[in-house]
Amino acid sequence: MFQIVEAAKVCEKTYHFKVEAPRIARSCEPGQFVVVRLDEVGERFPLTIADYDRESGTIDLVVQIVGASSARMCELKTGDALMDVIGPLGNPSDFVTEPIEEVKKVRKLFIAGGNGTAPVYPQVRWYKEHGLECDVIIGAKNKDFIFWEEKMKAVATNLYVTTDDGSYGRNGMVTKVLEDLIAEGKEYDSVVAIGPMIMMKFVCLTTKKYDIPTIVSMNPIMIDGTGMCGACRLLVGGEVKFACVDGPEFDGHLVDFDQAMKRTVQYKTQEGRALLKYQEGDTHHGGCGNCGGDE
Amino acid sequence: MAAPGMERVPVREQDPLVRAKNFDEVCLGYNAEEATEEAKRCLNCKNAQCVTGCPVHIDIPKFVKEIADGDPEAAFQTLSASSSLPAVCGRVCPQETQCEGKCIRGIKGDPISIGKLERFAADYAREKGIKPAKCETKNGKKVAVIGSGPAGLSCAGDLAKLGYDVTIFEALHAPGGVLTYGIPEFRLPKDAVVQPEIANMAHLGVKIELDVVVGKSTTIDQLMEDEGFDAVFVGSGAGLPMFMGIPGEQALGVFSANEYLTRSNLMKARLEEYDTPMPESKKAVIVGGGNVAMDAARTALRLGAETHIVYRRSEAELPARAEEVHHAKEEGIQFNLLCNPVEILMDENGWVRGITCIRMELGEPDESGRRRPVEIPGSEFEIECDTVIMSLGTSPNPLIASTTPGLDVNRKKCIVAEEATGVTSKEGVFAGGDAVTGAATVILAMEAGRNGAAGIHEYLSKK
Repeated sequence: MFQIVEAAKVCEKTYHFKVEAPRIARSCEPGQFVVVRLDEVGERFPLTIADYDRESGTIDLVVQIVGASSARMCELKTGDALMDVIGPLGNPSDFVTEPIEEVKKVRKLFIAGGNGTAPVYPQVRWYKEHGLECDVIIGAKNKDFIFWEEKMKAVATNLYVTTDDGSYGRNGMVTKVLEDLIAEGKEYDSVVAIGPMIMMKFVCLTTKKYDIPTIVSMNPIMIDGTGMCGACRLLVGGEVKFACVDGPEFDGHLVDFDQAMKRTVQYKTQEGRALLKYQEGDTHHGGCGNCGGDE
Repeated sequence: MAAPGMERVPVREQDPLVRAKNFDEVCLGYNAEEATEEAKRCLNCKNAQCVTGCPVHIDIPKFVKEIADGDPEAAFQTLSASSSLPAVCGRVCPQETQCEGKCIRGIKGDPISIGKLERFAADYAREKGIKPAKCETKNGKKVAVIGSGPAGLSCAGDLAKLGYDVTIFEALHAPGGVLTYGIPEFRLPKDAVVQPEIANMAHLGVKIELDVVVGKSTTIDQLMEDEGFDAVFVGSGAGLPMFMGIPGEQALGVFSANEYLTRSNLMKARLEEYDTPMPESKKAVIVGGGNVAMDAARTALRLGAETHIVYRRSEAELPARAEEVHHAKEEGIQFNLLCNPVEILMDENGWVRGITCIRMELGEPDESGRRRPVEIPGSEFEIECDTVIMSLGTSPNPLIASTTPGLDVNRKKCIVAEEATGVTSKEGVFAGGDAVTGAATVILAMEAGRNGAAGIHEYLSKK
């Protein structure tokens, strides 16, 4: 069992958990993820490591409610436990293993969309800890979905916050901010974009125009996360890659996003049914298209 | 009418039409009376060939005689001296090509049902709560075993019996490796058979730490330098599933057999109370002809799908055990032999709607000695289906090799290890099973585990 030492809501539908996982905290690096299982009947699902403390042996996870399992996880409180936390899985971000002199030469921009703030944070923190500069854009639907702004501000050289509806920070999608920054004279040699697949796709289309190499972090359906099941396969540059062992970070200009987005709907109806069943329990009376309650 | 003693005592099985709709074990095994009668057919050869056919060299005439004498407990201890998983091996070993294949009785009649007798003795011991004999004196040396599949369990069991302090590190949340995530319930019951065999490991003093991915959570070097392990055995198993690289393979409804079986077995997705979703299929096509393909097909069938196997060679070349093929056919699985997929067809939403195959004929033998299948031009045809399960084998998992400096891999990325001892290129590190050979069988992995244990014992005895 993995003890939750801290649980808190950070913004709309989004919760932060600090979890005791000493082996993982000792060895994880920015860019890596864990696979979590809540309890005996729970499914295994991947979550990017949002922060870690090697001393206290804890890792931080940020979860947004999207289906039955995330909804169940978000009900857990301080003092509860997760049955399984497996990791760190996947490869660290490239800059972690590259010579620092090389990394220093690259003018870096991180773009976090929605829940993407969580996986971007440890990367930006790594930059700060290594005395390097980088800019960060955080974008969300509206102000209710912005979190960790102060935390990010403390480690980013420049932080730009934007909302799609203009309810907070700048007005517009992250791609607009990116274009505005470039128009304002900012120059970047490398972009890291993490967030919903559709957001990463459009960031990549934008950076392609400016010819800026772009790394994305893929978070497909996964079971074991160790290279056994093959559920997380993606097409990257026309080749089959496994997000768990070849990724999760890939060259965004080579990722086939349309195909990857299609694959995420594989279990959508089943997950929707599971979420309804979970939320409504015995009071469930239709709407799932399955139980016959609509007739 | 055959001469008395020429035919084996038949084993009871669930009716094919009944079992095609449930996950209960297919083979019901012998009762005491049947086992004794079958055991009495054994000629008790002085120069027993069956033992030479057994990868872990069980003293077969001895345990069979003990059953014939009405002492299944003694038979279990004889089995346990050579095997850590007799209840598993009695069920999943390919006996027809091993012990039973060498049985003298088999020349003129049926060979002794050694596998079913092994199963009987192991099941008897479990039901009566009889445990394998353990070593009471510890030698104070620590060995780490990576992976709790057949290779790791067998290695750990042997080392514990020699007095070593053994810890198994398992990447998944449940122990057993392929016995747990791969082989289905109807062939190898989990709660009734696999878990008790693993519990016997704890009885021998073996510790199992779950959720530890060696190569990620920790490394072999860290285990040896920081955690004080004197030797490490790598039994991490096979790895990434292979795909064909044909158009449409990314369609929704295309799975690797590993994923399909892991969902059903490890995650129990087929049961309502578990959260993991299971693909819902009306008509499933399984590509491949090995044991894993049979397992996936028979699982899909039990979940209600009309099920087809597509295999590019003929029946004679099916790599699956004869018994599995026989069972699959009895249950109503349709075999499309000598044909090979060329494209997976999708509907407008990206879901599988069918598979186009081409007919094959057998040409000259290839390097594996099997006749090479050759396409017959213009013979393409479609099979309508909503699920395709690719069961084409696996390629080695890179996690350990890539994080262990000094551990050599071969051209196929398998770990290089000496067969008889498990010795690798890195001092103190031994390896065996699918991680070394590529995908093979449970018993061959167990043999490699035993060899590794012998190699580690020799290495640490000299140290």
